[in-house]
Amino acid sequence: MTSLILIIISGALINNVVLNQFLGICSFLGVSKQMKASASLGGAVIFVITIASAVASLLYDYVLAPNGLDYMKTIVFILVIAALVQIVEMFLKKTSPAIYKSLGIYLPLITTNCAVLGVALTNVQNGYNFIECVLSGFGTALGYTIAIVLLASIRSRIREEDIPAPLRGAPIVLISAALMSIAFMGFAQLNF
Amino acid sequence: MLKNKYLERIYNGIIKENPTLILMLGMCPALAVTTSAMNGIGMGLSTLVVLTFSNFVISLLRKLIPAEVRLPAYIVVVASLVTVTELLMEAYLPALYDELGIYIPLIVVNCIILGRAEAYASKNGPLLSIMDGIGMGVGFTCALGVAGILREFLGAGSFFGMRVLPESVDPIAIFVQPPGAFLVFAIIICVMNAIGIKTRQKELVESCDGCCANCAMKCENPGEVENK
Repeated sequence: MTSLILIIISGALINNVVLNQFLGICSFLGVSKQMKASASLGGAVIFVITIASAVASLLYDYVLAPNGLDYMKTIVFILVIAALVQIVEMFLKKTSPAIYKSLGIYLPLITTNCAVLGVALTNVQNGYNFIECVLSGFGTALGYTIAIVLLASIRSRIREEDIPAPLRGAPIVLISAALMSIAFMGFAQLNF
Repeated sequence: MLKNKYLERIYNGIIKENPTLILMLGMCPALAVTTSAMNGIGMGLSTLVVLTFSNFVISLLRKLIPAEVRLPAYIVVVASLVTVTELLMEAYLPALYDELGIYIPLIVVNCIILGRAEAYASKNGPLLSIMDGIGMGVGFTCALGVAGILREFLGAGSFFGMRVLPESVDPIAIFVQPPGAFLVFAIIICVMNAIGIKTRQKELVESCDGCCANCAMKCENPGEVENK
């Protein structure tokens, strides 16, 4: 039980997917301009990564590994993720329009977000079982959401500040991310 | 004239449209693996190989792939090439393979590759596409090399693994740790802003919609974005 909680905490805080592993940087820097969009994207990422890691884990354990097709995992995972996102989108559109409305536009965009493929591959590398994969996916996505919402809040504060001209735009956002990353390094000291 | 057309692709990739420093594509690997000069260049070269071959294959297949399914088709081509590269590296460059780890399979979702496939290889002949791939790949390698050299020097006091700072000087270790990646790229873009080199950083921080491949395609059609 402790080890399962540890997987979530380590995914969300200690090995934060954006600030420590640099996956999903594009959307992290791009979407964090707006608070609302960041929160919606975070929700969609939690949804997709959790389901994708579950499916990838099942596929790997029952189809790829027994047949010695280990080397096919990159191709299989990326295609499965792309197809899965489409199915989830159609399913949500039919069954719960409310969720679809808030997450909808972000779902298809996540397909090529490297965090999704990254988590699936890391899970396999770490030799996690099904439950551990799902939890690690959930934890990682939670970490992504925490990071992007925090950065969006910081950016809403610095928007009104008088920033020196060369630092405007990407540099100040990257510096904010660097300071967040330093703060998150503190979690590495957590001992269990 | 013919020769110039090919050389122009190389110049374009390295200087005029440097994928990382000017177009701001492929930031994930650029931030992640530049902990040392060697890693940065190793990552750049692996991407160069995949990019050149994927441009070549996609350019050959450009008339066969129906427009509706082109993205999945590109992804399959790129993923196969990445798998081949990954296996070759595991066999012949095990040290680099261990260092780069998860970031090798993640070349599949590198915006630069899908972006070039969509914007260039799907519209041009195989030879030109190869040159475009080489130019973009070398540009990416240079950018990663520069960032890697900077981070290694500041953070470990060494240059390609050789210690250059005297032992009495303590290097600033934070630069080889994750925050250093953000800081170094912030400084590089800031310097480029200050000396007036135009980058597409606005796309990076303001109009990206959360999807790497989409991002790449949008950046490739600057006119469209600006005319909105």
